[in-house]
Amino acid sequence: MIGLWKKQDLLAFIIALIGIWLLPTMISTYTLTILVIYGMLGLSLGLIWGFGGILCFGQAAFFGLGAYTYAIAAINIGESTVPMLLAILVPGVFATLFGAMMFYGHLTDVYLGVITLVVTLILFKFINSTAGPQYAIGHARLGGFNGIPGFHTLNVPGRTDIFIWGDTLYYVCALALLVVFFFVTWLLRTSFGRIAIGIRENETRISLMGYDVRARKTILFAIGAAIAGLAGALFANWGEIVTPGLFSLQQNAEVIIWCIVGGLGTRFGPIIGAAGLAYLKFLLGQQTLIDNAIIMGLILVIFVLFLPKGLVPATTSLWQSIYDRWPVRRSGSRRRTRSRSATHHA
Amino acid sequence: MAVGGARDPEAQPIMPETVLETVGLTMRFGGVVASDNVHFKLKERELRCLIGPNGAGKSTFFKCISGLHKPTEGHVFMQGTETTGWLPHQIASLGVGIKTQNPNVLNGLSVFENIWMAARRFYPNEEASDRATDIIDKLALSYIAKAELGQLAHGERQRVELGLVVVGNPWLVLLDEPAAGMSSADVEHMSRIIDDMTRTAAVIVVEHDMQFIRSIASTVTVFYQGAVLMEDHVDGVMSDPTVRNVYLGKKA
Ligand SMILES: Nc1ncnc2c1ncn2[C@@H]1O[C@H](COP(=O)(O)OP(=O)(O)OP(=O)(O)O)[C@@H](O)[C@H]1O
Ligand SMILES: [Mg+2]
Repeated sequence: MIGLWKKQDLLAFIIALIGIWLLPTMISTYTLTILVIYGMLGLSLGLIWGFGGILCFGQAAFFGLGAYTYAIAAINIGESTVPMLLAILVPGVFATLFGAMMFYGHLTDVYLGVITLVVTLILFKFINSTAGPQYAIGHARLGGFNGIPGFHTLNVPGRTDIFIWGDTLYYVCALALLVVFFFVTWLLRTSFGRIAIGIRENETRISLMGYDVRARKTILFAIGAAIAGLAGALFANWGEIVTPGLFSLQQNAEVIIWCIVGGLGTRFGPIIGAAGLAYLKFLLGQQTLIDNAIIMGLILVIFVLFLPKGLVPATTSLWQSIYDRWPVRRSGSRRRTRSRSATHHA
Repeated sequence: MAVGGARDPEAQPIMPETVLETVGLTMRFGGVVASDNVHFKLKERELRCLIGPNGAGKSTFFKCISGLHKPTEGHVFMQGTETTGWLPHQIASLGVGIKTQNPNVLNGLSVFENIWMAARRFYPNEEASDRATDIIDKLALSYIAKAELGQLAHGERQRVELGLVVVGNPWLVLLDEPAAGMSSADVEHMSRIIDDMTRTAAVIVVEHDMQFIRSIASTVTVFYQGAVLMEDHVDGVMSDPTVRNVYLGKKA
């Protein structure tokens, strides 16, 4: 396990700590908290899509499921530790069943996208329609479009009288993102993670190597959902209310845009894409000159056309080209560049 | 290992053990009969070439064996176990190395990662790394071990695919046109590698290049319109008038 860590991980860790410490001097912790939470949600899709090749149109559904699970459990239990764990577990188990159904049924690409989208919309419809008093789990009424307010928020484990909120909630969320980030880093370097990347590259080849692609995709999908669920639970604590909007089409689309803009196939990209775009949306929300949706759409179009790989990969390759041009390094680190052979056999 | 069970009564095992057998294998795509009642036997460590004109059903036959297609009718036996309808990963897990006609590699990953991943299926992490490095050396790929596969020339990628097929030490290797589009030097290299494989594995090679077949094969099976037209030593096949007609496109 020790051997899996690299020097740049320590660097990333130190930079992250400094960032967590300095950012509150520029942006309010209330706003920062939600940026961090969205970063985690972005990372969850970045993991399964960017590294596992699974394009899920319903990642926000797991986010919503985590938030609702937390709210419902917190109302019934009256503390936060078990609800937090349930908020990770429930989306994870749901995704295991849902994923197994899709992957063992050999659904791929577009069909997978459509099915995940449909399931999300069904969830959205369902939650929206639960306004009546008959829709309750234990003491918690689902509340339909009104959502669920007034649940017990995060407390210090074992001390239901000491709440974690405000600045402290920000630090807890930021550290949670850091933990998730290094968990994902570790996962991607294990054999499981490397083979998951192989599945993204070529499923047929991985099957022909003797790996059960269906099982592996199901597991990765469930891990992504569990991370989204954790982000959802943190969101519930930040907003102190959960509403069906969490499952909405817009929320789902945004997660996908974050990943595209930030850069697929990187760990930083989806986090930066999520936090960056969410912050931009926040800034735009403070003015009324231009419509928010237009700007978001414009950004997406610009990225798809001019930076299709996303912000982080583009920055990395820019950095790489500057580094390569450095005369001293040049002879040693020159990469072989060859054109793809055009000889294809019919 | 005894070859037995619920098999054709006429299929008696003979002395080197039969490792692969198909009985009445048929694959239909709508009205097209791509594989037509194929009875096929392969002995331990045998090297066999499959030839036949385009569309003869060679690749379809491979796909039925490797689990990429589920045969419409008939049976496949591997080392005495019926494997009809098994999935590709189950077949591969038995120790069957498969190279498909269209390159199936991990283009976005390095040469090492490609071969390591194939090895990892059968060996623990460290050992898989060692074996991958060994194979890379053997195939003279060390100078590009870290290069991304998608950036390499066609011949190099073919070699990498061969590497990831053999790194798991398979006892049966299926190669669909491994020398396609390669330079003559690469082809020569390829035939030496295939020769090497037969020390531990039975190998079936689909090829069009007669020169290549002559240089590696003893027995050749000729496919035509999904069925086995004949099976003989390479010289017998080459001098057969029916086979010549088939290759010239005339109806025999
Ligand atoms: N998935 C499929 N669906 C429908 N028809 C198919 C399919 N795969 C193969 N065929 C048909 O089956 C026949 C045999 O094809 P196959 O690819 O096995 O031939 P082959 O001997 O490998 O030819 P080649 O030398 O060109 O590779 C062809 O007529 C082909 O069109
Ligand atoms: Mg073919």
